[in-house]
Amino acid sequence: MSTTAIDVHAGHRPKGVLPWILRWITTTNHKDIGTLYLVFSLLMFFVGGSMALVVRAELFQPGLQFVDPYFFNQMTTVHALIMIFGMIMPAFAGFANWMVPLMIGAPDMALPRLNNWSFWLLPFATAMLLLTFFLPGGAPAAGWTMYPPLSTQAGASFPFMIFAVHLLGISSIMASINIIVTIMNLRAPGMTLMKMPMFVWTWLITAYLMLLAMPVLAGAVTMLLTDHFFGTSFFRAAGGGDPVMYQHIFWFFGHPEVYIIIMPAFGIISQVIPTFSRKPLFGYAAMVYATASIAFLSAIVWSHHMFTVGMPLAGQLFFMLTTMIIAIPTGVKIFNWTATMWKGSLTFETPMLFAIGFLFLFTLGGFSGLMVAIVPADFQYHDTYFVVAHFHYVLVPGALFGAFAGAYYWLPKWTGHMYDERLGKLHFWLTAIFVNVTFFPQHFLGLAGMPRRIPDYAVQFADFNAISSIGAFGLGLAQLIFVWVIIKCIRGGEKATDRVWEGAEGLEWTVPSPAPHHTFQTPPVVK
Amino acid sequence: MNIKSGPVAAALAVLAVLFASPVWADFEVNMPRGVTTISREVYGLHMLILWVCVVIGIAVYTAMIVAMIRYRKSRNPTPAKFSHNTTAEVLWTAIPAVILVLMAIPAAESLVRIEDTRDSELTIKITGYQWRWHYDYIDEDVSFFSALARESNAARRRGSGIDPYGVDHYLLDVDNPLVVPVDTKVRLLITAADVVHAWWVPDFAVKKDAIPGFVNESWFQATEEGTFRGQCAELCGMDHGYMPIVVQVVSKEKFDEWLSEQARPALSQAD
Repeated sequence: MSTTAIDVHAGHRPKGVLPWILRWITTTNHKDIGTLYLVFSLLMFFVGGSMALVVRAELFQPGLQFVDPYFFNQMTTVHALIMIFGMIMPAFAGFANWMVPLMIGAPDMALPRLNNWSFWLLPFATAMLLLTFFLPGGAPAAGWTMYPPLSTQAGASFPFMIFAVHLLGISSIMASINIIVTIMNLRAPGMTLMKMPMFVWTWLITAYLMLLAMPVLAGAVTMLLTDHFFGTSFFRAAGGGDPVMYQHIFWFFGHPEVYIIIMPAFGIISQVIPTFSRKPLFGYAAMVYATASIAFLSAIVWSHHMFTVGMPLAGQLFFMLTTMIIAIPTGVKIFNWTATMWKGSLTFETPMLFAIGFLFLFTLGGFSGLMVAIVPADFQYHDTYFVVAHFHYVLVPGALFGAFAGAYYWLPKWTGHMYDERLGKLHFWLTAIFVNVTFFPQHFLGLAGMPRRIPDYAVQFADFNAISSIGAFGLGLAQLIFVWVIIKCIRGGEKATDRVWEGAEGLEWTVPSPAPHHTFQTPPVVK
Repeated sequence: MNIKSGPVAAALAVLAVLFASPVWADFEVNMPRGVTTISREVYGLHMLILWVCVVIGIAVYTAMIVAMIRYRKSRNPTPAKFSHNTTAEVLWTAIPAVILVLMAIPAAESLVRIEDTRDSELTIKITGYQWRWHYDYIDEDVSFFSALARESNAARRRGSGIDPYGVDHYLLDVDNPLVVPVDTKVRLLITAADVVHAWWVPDFAVKKDAIPGFVNESWFQATEEGTFRGQCAELCGMDHGYMPIVVQVVSKEKFDEWLSEQARPALSQAD
């Protein structure tokens, strides 16, 4: 593709502030929308991160220093909601928008106008959620799980939170429809399903999982809403309802959601490790089947989040066994990534560092996941800091490291410039160290008996909490390096070639860097 | 596997110190062994899974580290081309499956014992309130509320000026502890009056949700006398962090004495 052709097609980049703003608001281009998603998610990363730092500042030492218990609960609740719905899901949606069409040789997403709407619902929904801090009664404070009857004790934030969750859900559902339709219909000639890059596969499966899960969440919160305002008794025991039913419905969404958050990261890791190992992905077919089995299993293990709720013995046994089975396909993935590196020719650029960090620390989070699957032991772990440590190990070095790996991997393709490798490596090492300083001591806190979601604690928990808080601030500050790397990379730097990385394979590396506004107007043929 | 690898040996040593040394037990890096047969069983199960994870972890991490060192580009400039190995793939699917089955058997056995609430000698109904516990000795006409002790309650306020380190059992002390006899199977009926709470005493390995409209069952049989502490384990609102549980396990004689004292109407009024 010649440069003049690109200029013509990128020509509708208007001059002036208002047209520039209008262009971003009205854009239907998958690359623009991908960028919007990524910028938005980076912003939310710092919003949600600041809330985590309020929590860790309060927990630095025993006694209440900065915030009241009720505000503390608002912080933990909104931190979780923002990180899940405002940060990590939009981040991966951004990756999908940018990379899925490039990787399958499509000119754009299949439903570009829907795509625009999927994105623009997000800032409004998130703003509505954040505005609840200024309403009477403050922001939601019943935990991100919103268990009734506690959640229905909320103040004015209650309908706003539910409406925000609905909008976030609609946004996710539309995005997943778009992704499924794009992958199913717009693949380049010759690209059969079993030739698709792993990232595309994981997103296809994630999108189906979102279609399964998000409407269930919508149903659950709608029932909360009618219980609160219209006198229904879905979850009110006094009216013949069942508070435990909410937990079942919520986790029927909530457990697949966990995999919605992690699977695109699996996909990114499956792109990055082969590239920097200069060797094809080991066991591609096994990886596809493992991903699909994980998705299936994720939909039938929801009750392992609520073992202490008083389930029948048979129920507990079923959910314990099915949960343990997830370890097998997850193990297959870990072994396959390791086997991909085996006898390869490895270099350790920043994306690879984050991928290896993912491999080590996600495995650790997987181990504690296996531990919490064992019901009798889970009676001790449940709702303690052990669980906090577990899910932060799978979500931070898991999903977040996956996102960082992808960001560094494709940043040259997006901007046309190489990022600053030294700053990238610094970002990785500081992040990797502080993640462990923050979350590893939390295992000990949980085992020693510290419940989660408490603003203050007995003095025997003081030392590990102090270490964890120091780690959290280090972790937060290290992320500023990431912002600086991105700004620097957008503003200039060494020119990136089309095929940025020596070992990179795939259609996205056949287009120029930066990827022009329109790509693949003539579909490439895959052999 | 490459056993002489330095980091692995170091990791082994660290783990051995962390989890085996009795010195560290005082610093509470691990789950308490507890004072019931069930809690010891749970502890055993916890240590079993932990060691299984440690062994698998060492194997997997060794493979990763060896790959990174031996197959870096400067040492191995020409990568291999293979992308399949059926034997390896079958093995690393089948072996974990066998390990999981071996772990599931003792876990299921324990679970069956935990759920067996038959043949109890004493039944206590526990009701969670925002934010205190109510204990009801069924058939004994003894019942009382149990809330955060006054000293902790004063010290926990923001700007109270009281050093938490100077308060006995800061946040883990109550005004009226639950009193139970030793070596007695105590059945618990757990419910709540407003929102979901959870009654948790780590030394008994009992954690059960208290849910309005439901009565959950659990039990414990303490084999040692002493004072055991726990906390509410389900987010129940503003003062969730201030709902401690204290259980005093006393001899059967002392318990009978205590019970007769409580039953006197004048005294229970004073409570």
